[in-house]
Amino acid sequence: MMQPVAVAGRRQQHLRPALFSVLAVILIASALLSLVVGRFAIPPSHVAGILASQLLPVDPWWTAVEARVVELVRIPRILMAGLAGAGLAVAGSALQGIFRNPLVGPQIIGVSSGAAFGGALAILLSESRLLLVGLAFACGMLAMLVVYGISRQQGRASILMLVLAGIVTSAFFSALVSVTKFVADPDDKLPAIVFWLMGSFATASYDKVWLIAVPVVLGSAVIYLMRFQINVLSLGDEEAQALGLKVERTRWIALTAIALISAAVVAAAGVIGWVGLVIPHFARMLTGPDHKLLIPAAILIGASYLIIVDNVARTATASEIPVGIITALIGAPVFGVLLRRAASKGWTSE
Amino acid sequence: MIDVTGLGFRYGQTWVFRDINFSLQAGEIAAVLGPNGRGKTTLLKSVMGLLQPDTGSVRLRGRPGYVAQRAEIAFAYTVIDIVVMGRAAHVGVFSAPGKKHYQHARQALAQLNLEHLAGQHYNRLSGGERQLVMIARALASECQVLILDEPASALDFRNQDLVLSTLLRLAKELDLAILMTTHFPQHAVHIADYALMMQAVDEAQWGPAEHMLSEDNLEQLFGVPVKKIQIEAGEKNHTGILPLFSH
Repeated sequence: MMQPVAVAGRRQQHLRPALFSVLAVILIASALLSLVVGRFAIPPSHVAGILASQLLPVDPWWTAVEARVVELVRIPRILMAGLAGAGLAVAGSALQGIFRNPLVGPQIIGVSSGAAFGGALAILLSESRLLLVGLAFACGMLAMLVVYGISRQQGRASILMLVLAGIVTSAFFSALVSVTKFVADPDDKLPAIVFWLMGSFATASYDKVWLIAVPVVLGSAVIYLMRFQINVLSLGDEEAQALGLKVERTRWIALTAIALISAAVVAAAGVIGWVGLVIPHFARMLTGPDHKLLIPAAILIGASYLIIVDNVARTATASEIPVGIITALIGAPVFGVLLRRAASKGWTSE
Repeated sequence: MIDVTGLGFRYGQTWVFRDINFSLQAGEIAAVLGPNGRGKTTLLKSVMGLLQPDTGSVRLRGRPGYVAQRAEIAFAYTVIDIVVMGRAAHVGVFSAPGKKHYQHARQALAQLNLEHLAGQHYNRLSGGERQLVMIARALASECQVLILDEPASALDFRNQDLVLSTLLRLAKELDLAILMTTHFPQHAVHIADYALMMQAVDEAQWGPAEHMLSEDNLEQLFGVPVKKIQIEAGEKNHTGILPLFSH
């Protein structure tokens, strides 16, 4: 590896292993904690036993019901929340780099609303999970194209134009979602669409874990492999082109991976906003902007964040709160503060 | 190293420049002069291949490196992060720069005596240091042609001297062909072998700097009377270019 030269560089490098260890410990701790927390109380010793019994032959000192709750309800739910959080954080980090703007997220860029329409349409048309992901992906990508087309002028997209184009596009796709609801059978399809759109991990299953795991892992791998190219793209199109990067091709590969991740998350868990905006911003404060470090950090922080938020969602009140409500309650004010601070740094003008 | 023939560029129906011809060899420096808005930057971008010219052709032997007038970096990258991005053309789509590429980057920093800045944040550097880092990034790309847009115009005297003398040294040591724009005829007189005077859309003249940067030519170009003065200081003869402002 490179030799650290300046003091600042050396200090950062020494902190890196410590930083990533802390983030990993937080993720593992929040996952384990989530096995214990819940309205159906299971003592930690029982949870430990159930986990141990997966690998070792031990006599159960827990009940069969407890084992089923941990194995069939809580583990898939934690996996889903973690994968969704990690995926959204990776997608957001890459988007912010590509649009050279730390105030962009999958929601602002229109992917989420497009995917929501695609998903609703898929539920209306059939029961197929694959169609759900496929249409969510196709419409998410389409919405992103529209936002991109509206906001870019002379190779640049200002945050103002992005946000406005995002509002316009989201409004349009929301209207389309309303159309699907309007024509849906109120006894059967309508409740399914409404429940799905609210965004929740309450119906977690191993089926859904696979549904979200494959695209998220695949998309994140592509983005991590392109970490250096995303760095170069974040300099702006002209600089990147002058440095010999194939700008259009690189950007489209990355945007496709982003749309794939976002669509999979929406397909499995509905629209969960703001995670992809706030978490990358926070991760960047810890690691700096180099995507080589930013993306792994965003994965760890995003996964922990959504696992913890989901715990709040399922334990805070007698009935479950959709997780998207909580991420919005946290994310929107944070975005407000970031926007306010960014105005002084010129991120809003370009 | 650079062969430009019949180069023309227009936005819509309006020509920015037409029929520009010149050729520059390795180790030579050329300065492009002209009033604001005459299309100097557009010319550089056409030569660089960032803009598609409407007529004529550009032949470059070797990789071009580009230093833009003002590089705004949206994120707080460190200097070594920035310089290693000069390797973009040599790194595959799904891979990141390894040890070899970082060595190139460090070597480029060393050529500009900037090793001590490697771990610093680019956005915290002074204007002169930023300009040198951008030159280092171009060098890291193993360019043989260096194209710079107003490399010294926004700098104080000391940094102007630093950047100009660096360019002069690089042209000699690395045998680079250097094409730069400048607002200051003084800079051109100081380091350029050739000058391109972009007088009007159809009127651009190329020639040896000494001959082109005459009082008459400069007055015609900028619309302000200009006096050239010779001053002896130390061992050296300096040529000063003095605009005679109206008030």
